[in-house]
Order: sequence, then C-alpha cells, then structure tokens
Amino acid sequence: MRATGAALRVAVGRRYRFAASHRLHTARLTEEENARVYGKCANPYGHGHNYVVEVTLTGPVDERMGMVANLAALDEFVDREVLDAFDHKNLNEEVAEFREVVPTTENVCREIFKRVAKFPEARLERVRVEETGANSFECDEESGM
Amino acid sequence: MIRITRKVEFAASHFYHNPELSAEENRRIFGKCNNPHGHGHNYTLEVTVEGEPDPVTGMILDLKELKEILNREVMERMDHRHLNYEVPEMAGKIPTCENLAVVIWGLLEPKITRGRLDRVRVYESADLYAECTAAARNGAGGKSA
Repeated sequence: MRATGAALRVAVGRRYRFAASHRLHTARLTEEENARVYGKCANPYGHGHNYVVEVTLTGPVDERMGMVANLAALDEFVDREVLDAFDHKNLNEEVAEFREVVPTTENVCREIFKRVAKFPEARLERVRVEETGANSFECDEESGM
Repeated sequence: MIRITRKVEFAASHFYHNPELSAEENRRIFGKCNNPHGHGHNYTLEVTVEGEPDPVTGMILDLKELKEILNREVMERMDHRHLNYEVPEMAGKIPTCENLAVVIWGLLEPKITRGRLDRVRVYESADLYAECTAAARNGAGGKSA
C-alpha cells in the first residue's frame, strides 16, 4: 500500500556544533583498569573534540508556519539548554551530570536527548552526536530517557 | 529489502510570508526569511527507494530511470526558480523545507513504479533538512503523523 499525504511522517533535522574537553575515567575502576579500558582517553589532563549534534524532531506541519517547529525557537532552546552549557567547557568539571557519570559520547548523547526532549513544539525522535568525523552515537526515546 | 538513495542538487530562491498574519507577526515568526526580496539556497535532495532487486538485472530500479524522474519532476520545476512564484505546486504554501519535502514526495511517489518511495530528504543547508517517510515505515513516527 502506498502512503498518501495524510499518512506521511515529516521530520526536521538540525545540526549544531560545540567544542569541549573531557576525560574518560571512573572511580569505579582501578587506575590500571581505567588505563586499559579508556586508553589515551584516560589521560588525567583530558582532551577535546569538536562535537556535532544532530537533532531530529517530528510532528504535524503547523499550517501557519509551514514548519514542524519554529526553527528560531528550536535554535534558541538548544543554545540555552545544551550549547551554553557544553561549548568550550570541560564536561567532567563543568557539567553537573558528568560529575559521577563518565562523559563518553554515549552518555553525552543521552544527556542531550534529555535536555532537548523538553522542547515543547515537537517530539524529539533522535539525537546523533558525532565526536569526530569517524564516529557517531545515536539515541532515541527508548535509550534517551 | 534494499534501499537505494540518489542525490541531486538544485538552486532556488524563496521567502516566508503568511498573508493571514500581520507584518509584525511575519517578522517575528520568520525573521530574516521574511525579507520580501527573497533569498536562496543550494538545496540537496536525497531520494530513497526501497524494494527487492530484480533477479535478472540485480537492480531495484534503474538509477538512470530514477535520475530521469528526478530531472523531470524536480529539477525542471525547481532548479533556478523562485519557489514562491514559479512552482505552481508550492502556491499558497510557505516554501519551508517541510513543505518542499511533502510536495516533492507527492510528485515522485506516483512516478516510482519499481520499488517504493521510502524517503525524501531536502537539505536547505548542511545544517538543516526536512524529510518525509511513510508514517508506517518501521513503525516509526506513527504517533506524530
């Protein structure tokens, strides 16, 4: 059966960037285990990445705006809730959620999902975080909350 | 099931304005995009078709055929055009990425007779896209359609 206009899902994807440092290390493991599990990423001085975040939102297309969500409102929300908190920060030291939780990109992705899910205008379907051009991490509603 | 994706690029101009809203509301909602002189983008369109490869040709549908459909239905209509004034299918619609994706879906869906149209994704820039899929695809997005 073919989808008609009424049975379409419309989604919008938006990309953002931030630069941050982190260190992968957990007090739950010994120093030796940390070194074995996290390798270079356990370097006590930390290191950084240029992160790319892609959020995907779905919902009905608002007829007045022709949009799933007002883009300016989304940008402002993500700026305030995510980028202001993460950009040019040390994730371990300066983002409260990563005081106890290792800031792997899996956990960064989940934290961003939790924050962007509060955006009121559309349903957050997916968050993808690229830590480098070579690796990316994704979470959706099930994995995000 | 296999999916194939073909990408084409077109350049077009547009602006956002809803005549049912006041000038002030238009400016507030659409910001710079409300400039009546218009502005333009290099759009990238990704079209995904899914199906089983034909046992003889090994193809879902001939990519040359898909290219011709995209040329006829999208490029000839939209490339180097003003989306507000020169594309009848966009008349009365705000030419957002969302509405473009829905209109392009409507143009392509009946023309794809081998395989099935799976996804239409329209990038307005590297950082913004809208996409359409059938609401029932993988059960995804059904709630929001």
